[in-house]
Amino acid sequence: MLNLLWSSRRIPLAWLLLTRQPGRLLVALAGIAFAGILMFLQLGFRDGLFDASVTIHKLFDADLVLLSPRTMSSIAMAGFPRRRLVQVMADPAVAGTTPVHWNFLLWRNPQTRTTRSILALGFEPGDPLFTDPALAAKAAVLSQQGRVLFDELSRPEFGPIASWYRQGRTIDTEVAGKRVRVAGLVALGPSFGADGNLLTSSETFLNLLPNTPPGSIEIGLIRLKPGEDAKAVAKRLRSKLPTDVTIYSKQGFADFEKDYWRTSTAIGFIFTLGAAMGFVVGCVIVYQILHSDVSDHLPEYATLMAMGYPLPQLLGVVAREGLLLALLGYAPAWLAGQGLYIVIRNATKLPVGMDGQRALLVFTMILVMCLGSALMAMRKLGDADPAEIF
Amino acid sequence: MTSRSSPPESDPAGTSPSPSVALQDLSHWYGSGVNRRKVLDRVQLAINPGEVVLLTGPSGCGKTTLLTLVGALRQVMEGSVRLFGQELHGAPRRERQLLRRDIGMIFQGHNLLRCLSAEQNVQMGADLLPNLGYRARRDLAREWLRAVGLGDHLGKLPHDLSGGQKQRVAIARALAAHPRLLLADEPTAALDSRTGREVVELLRRLARDQGCSVLMVTHDPRILDVADRLVEMEDGRLSEASISDRTLSGSVG
Repeated sequence: MLNLLWSSRRIPLAWLLLTRQPGRLLVALAGIAFAGILMFLQLGFRDGLFDASVTIHKLFDADLVLLSPRTMSSIAMAGFPRRRLVQVMADPAVAGTTPVHWNFLLWRNPQTRTTRSILALGFEPGDPLFTDPALAAKAAVLSQQGRVLFDELSRPEFGPIASWYRQGRTIDTEVAGKRVRVAGLVALGPSFGADGNLLTSSETFLNLLPNTPPGSIEIGLIRLKPGEDAKAVAKRLRSKLPTDVTIYSKQGFADFEKDYWRTSTAIGFIFTLGAAMGFVVGCVIVYQILHSDVSDHLPEYATLMAMGYPLPQLLGVVAREGLLLALLGYAPAWLAGQGLYIVIRNATKLPVGMDGQRALLVFTMILVMCLGSALMAMRKLGDADPAEIF
Repeated sequence: MTSRSSPPESDPAGTSPSPSVALQDLSHWYGSGVNRRKVLDRVQLAINPGEVVLLTGPSGCGKTTLLTLVGALRQVMEGSVRLFGQELHGAPRRERQLLRRDIGMIFQGHNLLRCLSAEQNVQMGADLLPNLGYRARRDLAREWLRAVGLGDHLGKLPHDLSGGQKQRVAIARALAAHPRLLLADEPTAALDSRTGREVVELLRRLARDQGCSVLMVTHDPRILDVADRLVEMEDGRLSEASISDRTLSGSVG
């Protein structure tokens, strides 16, 4: 097989056409890489923002989630009766439930004394909340009134809580105008709607927000027994529960949140447009390069036709040039994208990473860009008339 | 491919051997309507295998048009062009393209591919040969470059070769595809007289060895004596000329 490939080898005309003009090749690659980087950046921001909206959602230890039908997004959670979770417990497939309070409260920065909205979650310290088992050990300290766990990944505007805590300082501050003490640190991460997070017990939570109607919660986490089909249980629960709750799978809960940001904000549109701009700029550059390449070599292409080379074979040369440009241009774009994601993660704490799907998408776009431009440049090849070269 | 392997039809005159090229009443026009201009007028010509025919005449008399028609680069309008027994009049594009593989072409400008080395340029010719492995084609290319005296310049780009060397690479490229007919359009135009002479003699020798016919357009009176036959074109018509006459009288066109 290899032998056959070797013996059917031809002069790599496309490769030589490109590489014997290093200046032009460099410009082409810079253009393609630039377009690729722009696409990586814009799509990365878009996906990062959407992913960031469900930072907390993804942490919950739940198979099914109960929400109020009036809840539109994590920044506007409505309450529903806690009793519904008790009713859910009646189902034989349910292993356990956790009622969760969720609201935005004003946090006073203990250093600058300014206030800022922070997401507060209230739960029974003994109940499982997150899948991460590290929390369970820390949650015990919350059983004391007025204690909170502070998210060390919160934006710095909330104050140097983490470093103070590590220094052993006692941190007392105000939440919703009431005195609390930071009793530990957790690592959750800021989300799109919340710059910072804190965890506390239901008791403290209700103390901070005395106007909460009694028996009302925002989120109900439901854990199923091993082997139970979440979909079937959700359907069964739906038929039993009144209409003052909606049931989501854990994934559906996250999708619901992402959907909110996607449909009710311009984020998706803006960044997709940005990526499209990169694509168009790349198309123009590659087309320019390939078109002038074909124009410059028109007499040579005509000579090859006069020698008896069929037109499709020459079109293949242009197509291969496009393919080579795509491959050579994608590599630096991918590397630069990788580097930029690290910079973005450090600067914005957005969960932006090089995921395979986006890498593939950008590669496909670059491929379409280069092959499409090659296709356009091929029309120029039709001008090569071997009868004109004598 | 079937068209190429079919046996050549016996020519109507019944002479043997059957000529490589046979033109009968070939006429050609450019333009249309009132601007229509006749460039070839009932041209007759036959070239036998291995024969070297030189075509002279004033510029603009239709020599190049004749060359492109014989080279299967242009559609035949009227009359008959037979290449190796195959009629070109009405032949589809694909058939002409396949036929061109049997024709080597050498141009006024060398028309080498700038991005390829001398060896690779010649191999572009050899690559047209079917059923030959890469190594065989490369060796063939090297052989031909040695045959034209450029064995030491295999890896050089056209850019680094002199005019005569480039033209010799072009000859090697044309011959590497094992053509049965070689068309040359003023191959010595860009060369000084000594180099031009060398190139043409090389061309004739190599073509003879291959049994390949040559049709060469030239204005250069110093190379007329390499021809077996000399034809002159004037106002779209061909006439045989005596070689000794032309070489004695010196200049043409």
